[in-house]
Amino acid sequence: MEIFQQILFVAALAVVIWYITQRIRLISRAINLGRPENRFDHANERLKTMVLVAFGQKKMFTNLLVGAMHFVIYAGFIIINLEILEIVLDGILGTHRLFAPYITPIYPILIDVFEVLAFGVLAVCVIFLCRRFVTKVSRFQQERHREMTRWPRTDAAVILIAEILLMIAFLTWNASDSVLRDRASSGSLGHYGELRGIVPDFLISQFLKPLFANFSDTGLVGYERTAWWLHILGILAFAVYVTYSKHLHIAMGFPNVYFSDLQPKGEMQNMPEITKEVQLALGLPVTTDPNGSQSNDNGEQPAEIGRFGAKDVQDLKWINLMNAYSCTECGRCTSACPANITGKKLSPRKIMMDTRDRLEEIQRGWKANGNDYRDEKSLLNDYITPEEINACTTCQACVNACPININPLDIILQLRRYRVMEESEAPASWNAMFSNIENNMAPWKFSPSDRFNWAEQVNEVK
Amino acid sequence: MTQDVKTYTVPTMADMAASGEKPEILFWVGCAGSFDDRYKRVTIAFVRILNHVGIKFAVLGPEEGCTGDPARRAGNEFLFQMQAMSNIQVLNGYNVRKIVTACPHCFNTLKNEYPELGGNYEVIHHSQFLQALINEGRIRVKDGQPFKGRRITFHDSCYLGRANKVYEAPRDVLAALDADLVEMKRVRANGLCCGAGGGQYFKEPEPGKKDVNVERVEEALSTGADTIAVACPFCMTMMSDGVKNKNKEDSVRVYDISELIAQGQGL
Repeated sequence: MEIFQQILFVAALAVVIWYITQRIRLISRAINLGRPENRFDHANERLKTMVLVAFGQKKMFTNLLVGAMHFVIYAGFIIINLEILEIVLDGILGTHRLFAPYITPIYPILIDVFEVLAFGVLAVCVIFLCRRFVTKVSRFQQERHREMTRWPRTDAAVILIAEILLMIAFLTWNASDSVLRDRASSGSLGHYGELRGIVPDFLISQFLKPLFANFSDTGLVGYERTAWWLHILGILAFAVYVTYSKHLHIAMGFPNVYFSDLQPKGEMQNMPEITKEVQLALGLPVTTDPNGSQSNDNGEQPAEIGRFGAKDVQDLKWINLMNAYSCTECGRCTSACPANITGKKLSPRKIMMDTRDRLEEIQRGWKANGNDYRDEKSLLNDYITPEEINACTTCQACVNACPININPLDIILQLRRYRVMEESEAPASWNAMFSNIENNMAPWKFSPSDRFNWAEQVNEVK
Repeated sequence: MTQDVKTYTVPTMADMAASGEKPEILFWVGCAGSFDDRYKRVTIAFVRILNHVGIKFAVLGPEEGCTGDPARRAGNEFLFQMQAMSNIQVLNGYNVRKIVTACPHCFNTLKNEYPELGGNYEVIHHSQFLQALINEGRIRVKDGQPFKGRRITFHDSCYLGRANKVYEAPRDVLAALDADLVEMKRVRANGLCCGAGGGQYFKEPEPGKKDVNVERVEEALSTGADTIAVACPFCMTMMSDGVKNKNKEDSVRVYDISELIAQGQGL
C-alpha cells in the first residue's frame, strides 16, 4: 500500500513537471514573438526595483488595508511553500513528517507559523471573494467594465476558492494527524504514533481536533490520507491551472518588475529608423544609432526594417508581451484612467487582456496547424479598436497605478504609430494639427512670423 | 525719478548673439505661450518676473517651433523628429545650455526626448525656477497682498507630475503666497488628467458620459477653492472650460502659478 502511494505520487509529480515545462516553453515562445530589446542593463537599479516593488509589494500599499491583505496571501504563498518541500519528500520516500525528528525544537514553531499564515490566507480569500461578489468592488464588475466577461470573473473565483480549499485541507490534515497521534498510544496505528511526544498539537489545528473526535480509527486514517492527497494534488493542479490564468502573476510578477521601464514615465521611446530618414530629409549628417537598438542581443542586424508602430503582437516589444502574461486583471489601471472614468471605451486593463488573448489565439493556431502557422487576424482592429486607442490622454495614470509596473500606454502608443504612419488613419482634426505643425511650426493655424507678437503686449497695463 | 514706469524687455537669442552676449537662460515660450490669448498673459507674467529679478534671459522669438510633442503622442513620429531636429539645430547653433519653460509638455520633450536626437540641455520647468527664486529670497511676496484668506487648489499636470515627478515645486511656490492651500482628492502621482494630453486637446473626445475636464473641475470645486492654480497651458484651457461648464466663472478663477506670483509682486 505504501509503495503504491509512493509510485502514484512520483507519477503525479512527473506528469505535472512535464506539463508545466511544456506550458513554460509555449509561453516563452509567445513572449519571444515580440521585437528584441536589451533589458539586461542597469542590473543594480533593476534589482532594487524588483526588491521594492515585487518582493516588497510597495505599490500594493497605496491602499493600506488591501495591501496588507494581499501581503498575507503573498507571504502565505511563499512561506507555506517551505512545507511543500517536506510534503513532496514524504510523498516520494513514503515517510511521515520527514523533518520532525531532525529539527525537533523548531519543527512545531515552523508549522505554527504555516498554520497562522494558512488561516490568514483563508480569511483573506473569503474577504476577497466578498469584495468581488458581495460588496461588488466596481473594478471587478462586468456592468461597469465590459472586459470583465464570464471567464475573468470565473477565473478569479476559481483561484480564490481553490486557495480556500487548499488551506482547509492543510489545516484539517494537521488536525486529523494530531488526533491520530493522540490515539496511537499503543502503537496500533503504525507510523502515526512515532512522532508522539516529539510533535505537539499545532497553534490553529488544535481547535479543529474536536471535529474528528467521533471518527473511527480507520475513518480518521482515511481522512488524513485524503486531506494530504487533496492538498498536494490540489497544489499541483493549481500550478498547472495558473499557467492558463490571470494568476500567472505569482511567477511572472518578479521578472516583469525586473525588466520594467527605467526611464521617466513621460519619455516616449525613440524610433532610430525614423531618425535616419529625417536626417536625410533635412540634409543632416546621418548619425549611427548610439544604442544600437536596431540590433538584437547577438548584434545581428535585422534584414529589413519592420513596420512602423504595431499592428499585431509581433510588432510589439517582448516586454509588452511579458506584461500581458503578468497582468492580474486587478483593474487599478482602468480605475485610474481618465478616459475610462468618464465613460470612454478605453480600458488599459482591456489592452493588456486583449494582448494576452491574442497571444493565446496564436498559440492555439500553433497547436492546431504547426509552429509556423500565421492567421489573418491582428491585435489592432480584431481586438483593440481605434476608438479605444484614440481616447488615451497619455497621462500615465495606468502605468503609475500598476502594482507590478505593467505599461499599457506603451502598447497604445505603438498602435497609434501604426495607425498614423502606416495607414494614415488619424482623426481628421489630428491631420489638421499635423499639417499646422508642418507648415506653421505650431499646432494651430497661425503664421510663424506672428509667433513673437506677444512681446508687444509685455508693457501694456493689464 | 518722478514716475515709476516699469519697462519690461524681451531680448531674443538673435539680438544677444548680434551683440556678442550670452543669456543665463533661454525661456522656451512654447506654442500656447506664443499664440493662445489666455496663455500669452502667463508668458507676459513670467517675463515680467524675469525682468523684475534681473535675470539675463532670452527667447527664440520667431525661430522657435513646436517641440513636436502632440505629433509624437498622436503617433506621427516623422513629424515629431522633423520638429525636434530643426529645434535642436537652432538651439545648438546658439550653444544653449539652460532652458526654462512654462509648458510641461515642452519641458518633458526637451528634457527627456531631445537628448537621444542630439539636444542636451539643462531643462527646468518654470515652477522649479520660481521655487528657486523664492528659496534664494529673490522673490518675496509682500504682506497684505490679495491672497490672504483665499483658497487655492493646485491641479497637477501629468507631464510635470507623473512624467517627471515634479510635485513639490509648484506647491512650494503657492505656499509663498500665504494663501490657504487645499488639496483635491486625486493629487500628485494619483492626480487626474485635465483631459488634454496625448493629442486630445486637438480633437473632439471619443463618446463617453462626461468630459474629463468636467470631472476634474467638479473635484476642484468640491474643495471650496476660489482659485484653481495650474502650471500648464493645456490644463489652463481645460480647467477654464470646465469652470465655465459649471457656470462658476464669476466665483472661481484659473491662474497659472507665475501669474499669482506676478500679482503678489505687483507686476
